[in-house]
Amino acid sequence: MLEIRSLVKSFGRKAVLRGVDLTVAPGETVVMFGPNGAGKTTLMRIISTLSKPTAGKVRVGGIEISYAPDAVRQQLGFVTHAPLLYDSLTAEENLRFFGRLYRLNDLDARIDALLRQVGLAARRHDPVRTYSRGMVQRLSIARALLHDPPMLLLDEPDTGLDQHAAAMLHRVVAEVAGVRQNGEGEGKRASVLLTTHNLERGLAWADRLVILAGGRVAFEARRGDLTEESLRETYDRIVGERG
Amino acid sequence: MARRSGRWLMALDVVAGLAILGAVYMALVYAPDAANLTSENEIKAQHIFYFHMGCNVASAIGLFTSFVASILFLVTRRRIWDSIAVSGVEMGLAFGIGVLASGSVWARPTWNTWWTWDPRLTSAAVTVLVYVAYLMLRGAVEDPGRRARFAGVYGVFAFVSVPITFLSIRLWRTIHPVVFGAANPDSQGSFGMGPNIRLVLMYSMFAFTILAITLLIHRVRLELRREEVEHLKEQLAA
Amino acid sequence: MNYLRQVAAIVWKDVVAELRTKDIFSAMFVFALLSVLIFQFAFDLRVENVKQVAPGVLWVAISFAGVLGLNRSFALEKDKGSMEGLLLAPVDRSAIYFGKMLGNVLFMLAMEALVIPVFIILFNLPLYLPGVLLVVLLGTLGFAGVGTLFSAMAVNTRAREVLLPILLFPILVPVLISAVKLTGGFLDNIPLSENINWLQLLVVFDVVFIAIAFMTFDYVVEE
Repeated sequence: MLEIRSLVKSFGRKAVLRGVDLTVAPGETVVMFGPNGAGKTTLMRIISTLSKPTAGKVRVGGIEISYAPDAVRQQLGFVTHAPLLYDSLTAEENLRFFGRLYRLNDLDARIDALLRQVGLAARRHDPVRTYSRGMVQRLSIARALLHDPPMLLLDEPDTGLDQHAAAMLHRVVAEVAGVRQNGEGEGKRASVLLTTHNLERGLAWADRLVILAGGRVAFEARRGDLTEESLRETYDRIVGERG
Repeated sequence: MARRSGRWLMALDVVAGLAILGAVYMALVYAPDAANLTSENEIKAQHIFYFHMGCNVASAIGLFTSFVASILFLVTRRRIWDSIAVSGVEMGLAFGIGVLASGSVWARPTWNTWWTWDPRLTSAAVTVLVYVAYLMLRGAVEDPGRRARFAGVYGVFAFVSVPITFLSIRLWRTIHPVVFGAANPDSQGSFGMGPNIRLVLMYSMFAFTILAITLLIHRVRLELRREEVEHLKEQLAA
Repeated sequence: MNYLRQVAAIVWKDVVAELRTKDIFSAMFVFALLSVLIFQFAFDLRVENVKQVAPGVLWVAISFAGVLGLNRSFALEKDKGSMEGLLLAPVDRSAIYFGKMLGNVLFMLAMEALVIPVFIILFNLPLYLPGVLLVVLLGTLGFAGVGTLFSAMAVNTRAREVLLPILLFPILVPVLISAVKLTGGFLDNIPLSENINWLQLLVVFDVVFIAIAFMTFDYVVEE
């Protein structure tokens, strides 16, 4: 679903990503860890076409991102720590707006279903300004899922959430991203690339784990090959080495 | 390679220096006084005109270079064009201020004022302000890639706005002498262009063209070295 | 067709948000009134014929208030990170430009629709002439056309809001001159044929600069 080959990104002459290789298979959930400044957010922004790579290849669903960015955007759902929503609009208006940008048909039914799924149906006519952090984040996930993308990017979606809200986020992601709702490939799982600082939660989510450090993929393992302790040990060693 | 280009540049420096010395001589000593001017001060001040027009040409070269370089940067994304664009603007701006200053010195005895809101003066001042804004924009962006893109876009807007602003001059009554093209019957301080005056003018514009090109090359080299230093500093810090 | 629908969606979003908060509109309108008031104090002492300064005062008020509104337009998107939401959608970048620009034109026209009657009352001038309204429309189009692009640049600089008027006003000089000339011409009952050059200049400016903004907006929003 996602293929990244020797990806380099520099700002000016300062390299942030120095040759990243990473793949995410269809239906697979890959969790990425890494210290601040390792380039996680930069990598997510490049995959999502927000930022242009300096060198290297990125393919989403077999399409090179620089070749047909609009086709790639259609296949991606992106959740970041920023909600990417409009405060003064209601939940329903926000989804309606993005639905129009994504040229969706049958928008009303889709919005109803999504709002129920993320548990916001009762508050659909309230402006987002009045929402709690957790509710904003759930709406943000609904926005990312609106066009039923086969690939989800989640950049630290659990930042700033309390335990309860994080648990709810976990449930929503597992439930909503787990099984695609309609359209082509119905019933198939979506591919997910997720970053988090919480090793325990990341381990619970992942099929596969990678650690990004120093602008490269420094470690890669299947979930079954790791325990939480061995992951923590490895993480500390890699991050410690880089100073 | 660098050695040889350095030698060529040194030769160009000497040529430019001699050409400007020649222009000073031609303008102040060789050039005849304008025939139709009467007062002593006006006659002396008229000799400024050669530098005024010289600065004008040099400024135009700098700004036009920046326009072309801005477009080429946006199309090719090669950093060198951005370096050339900023060099062109700085040089064009310096000579543009020279145009305003020399014009003011001339206007004082001729129009009896340092400055008037004549449209041609106004649009020259607006042009200077546009490019001051260009430099302020560059100064306000830290990421070099974004700085180059923003500057490229603004560089295109700036240069396209200049002729449209100048177009508005032709629509407005002006007291500025028109030396090329149709004479302006309302202008004050205009003078006949005898063959010698024309010769000195042409030579002076030619000398300033060489000076402009020489300075531009130096400024681009300086910009490239500045970037190199910035890069080395970053590497040391990392 | 899809393109137009996406442009319309962006305009719709800005208008709905604005109708709810009235942030931009109220700030622009009050600021325009204040500038008229300040000019009134400043000129009242010396100027005998209001008609001579009124077109200038009107356009200065519109420009100052317009800059205020343009700044808010992208500052709101930038602060909440919602600009990225727009960029993530499969929308041509130029559709974002046209959507934001048309929104800005609407907000400015709404402000002008209230400022002009105030002018008519305060200065006793017949500004509701169709010619004047045409000039207001064309001037606003040029203003917002260039201003929308520059405001997208300004919010991404260190200086932010401060930079927009500095970038914008020197480029907009032809719009301001020709709008003031034309407005004055209509007020003095000068036949349009005598001022047709100014009208042409205004139209040429609008077309040329909106075209350049259309072509260069990609460079401003990419990273």
